[in-house]
Amino acid sequence: MLDERPPTPCKAPTGIQGLDEITGGGLPVGRPTLICGTAGCGKTMLAMEFLVRGATQFGEPGVFMMFEENATELSANVRSLGFDLEKLAAQKMILLDYVHIERSEIEETGEYNLEGLFIRLGHAIDSIGAKRVVLDTVEALFSGLPNHAILRAELRRLFRWLKDRGMTAVITGEKGNATLTRYGLEEYVADCVIVLDQRIAEQICTRRLRVVKYRGTAHGTNEYPFLIGERGFSVLPITSLQLDHRASVARVPTGIARLDEMLGGKGVFRGSSVLVSGSPGTGKSSISAKFIDAACRRGESALLFAYEESSAQIVRNMRSIGIDLEPWIEKGLLQIHASRPTLHGLEQHLVMMHDAVRAFGPSVVAVDPISNLTLDGHDSDVKPTLMRLIDFLKQQQITTLFTCLSSGGGATLEDSQLGVSSLMDTWLLLRNVEFNGERNRSIYVLKSRGMAHSNQVREFVLSDAGVDLVDVYVGADRVLTGTARVAREAHERTAAEVRRQGHQRRLLRLAGKRKAIEAQIAALQAEAESEAAEVRFAIAQQTLQEQTAQQDTQAMAQLRGAASGNGRIKEEQLPT
Amino acid sequence: MTLQVARPAPGIAAAAAIFELRLYVAGQTAKSIAAIRNLERICKTHLAGQYRIEVIDLTKTPQLAAGDQIIAVPTLVRRLPEPIKKILGDLSNEERVLVGLDIQPART
Repeated sequence: MLDERPPTPCKAPTGIQGLDEITGGGLPVGRPTLICGTAGCGKTMLAMEFLVRGATQFGEPGVFMMFEENATELSANVRSLGFDLEKLAAQKMILLDYVHIERSEIEETGEYNLEGLFIRLGHAIDSIGAKRVVLDTVEALFSGLPNHAILRAELRRLFRWLKDRGMTAVITGEKGNATLTRYGLEEYVADCVIVLDQRIAEQICTRRLRVVKYRGTAHGTNEYPFLIGERGFSVLPITSLQLDHRASVARVPTGIARLDEMLGGKGVFRGSSVLVSGSPGTGKSSISAKFIDAACRRGESALLFAYEESSAQIVRNMRSIGIDLEPWIEKGLLQIHASRPTLHGLEQHLVMMHDAVRAFGPSVVAVDPISNLTLDGHDSDVKPTLMRLIDFLKQQQITTLFTCLSSGGGATLEDSQLGVSSLMDTWLLLRNVEFNGERNRSIYVLKSRGMAHSNQVREFVLSDAGVDLVDVYVGADRVLTGTARVAREAHERTAAEVRRQGHQRRLLRLAGKRKAIEAQIAALQAEAESEAAEVRFAIAQQTLQEQTAQQDTQAMAQLRGAASGNGRIKEEQLPT
Repeated sequence: MTLQVARPAPGIAAAAAIFELRLYVAGQTAKSIAAIRNLERICKTHLAGQYRIEVIDLTKTPQLAAGDQIIAVPTLVRRLPEPIKKILGDLSNEERVLVGLDIQPART
């Protein structure tokens, strides 16, 4: 507030995920902090975690003075968070002191003060050298002690005293009707006030935390959802993250070769987010299963958050399209977290996802479907929480596939994505095409940041053999899928066959003709030959006759004893 | 248990109806002194020979505060006869002390 910028007060880290982020380092050192909220909103847990983490992580012993439950009960309660109070108490890191006031035993006569409480607390602090103190819930004194005037004065003195002793204190208080706490403790504890709240919206409870006041330091002023999980408190500071994650150029195949082809031939970028949206039964889950299967085949680990089917059901159903996830589960490459979306609010789901991702460290994550998570929430809640998840996954360089059920059909598909699409790098749209008395699936890439991607519509086919994309039939006037495409293709095949056969017939006819002509040629040649033979025969015959005649003439001449030329001429003139 | 000031009841401790009283104080403040004085006077008057008083100074033995769940001082604890009763304050109002300790006044 001041221009001279007073030094920011030292902060005692709580060790609670997210809370230190919001408060800029923790609670004010040496000052009391008030944590208030309705019954069951986690005040005691927060206070206890502050103390336990102080003792285990920051080496600051702490005193837990409780007014409502005794040490045994408290130990049992926080054991569920993995805190072993008995061990810490044995190590003298934590001291539990149960202050119990039985109203029926008490009578007042005359003046008194709460020095007894101070002495007890002081003794507890001294015996373990405590730096942190929790008073849970000091307001219980109001029901135990009749004289509120004395009590108020003494509480004021107590907080002052804690400050003087340099204790980083957490005081819890129950929420009152119009005030932060029922007995107005906020009047006395003015350094830091944190309000816890739990709200039920549509039967689902969401816890929220808000730093109402933090004197002398900047702090996150929003309401932040928080969860008391298996590993304690976690607060989700949605808006504290920045857009500074790395951008990988490595590509991750989607598991469907033809789909990778559509995405620039190589698949999606590592660490990017993919949204697969479509109406019911368009094959979203199959794509996510294929995506996971492909990752496991590459030897990478995968995490599937399923909000519709149980783990066993997914394994069984995916087997029907030739994807066997079971071996991957057995090998420990795949974890399936199946739960009902209505089990928690959105924030709790996201915190659980965080925890699961952090614990397992997968390289791909699939959420099937994200729309179920958002059912309960209003769009304005959904986007920031989802943004937080996506940012978190991106920072871990985890490639994520979200499926999203679109309720509407047709043209409204693009509109019904709850505004989450702007958070996504790649958006695949699955669509039912109803035509010719049947329903077929089509897929196209609506957007894919940072890569050339196909603008083509493909038919998406699920079969025993798995998942595949098929080119749709793009005719002169329309796009055909399914049996219409098959029929059309068959039709084309027939036409081609007919054409082919026509050609063949003509070729055959030609060959026949050629043969006929060749036969004719042969016949003519034979005729010519026979004629030639006849001629030759006639000539030979004549020659023979002539020779015979000559021989006869010679013989006659010999017989006549005279050889004359006249005779020869005569002979030649003789007819044969 | 460390007793700072133990004053056995004067006279014979009768078997019946012995009042075992503990007075917790914090230092020798005016309130502490007043409480001790008031208690002694009331006991002498109404419980002659039937009481035992321990005065515990918590500034010297702070570890004793937890045992009787002491938060306010002075606190008078009636340990016997049961049930346990606690009276906060300097015991200046005799009538209320008697009601608190469940004692019949000796003289009306």
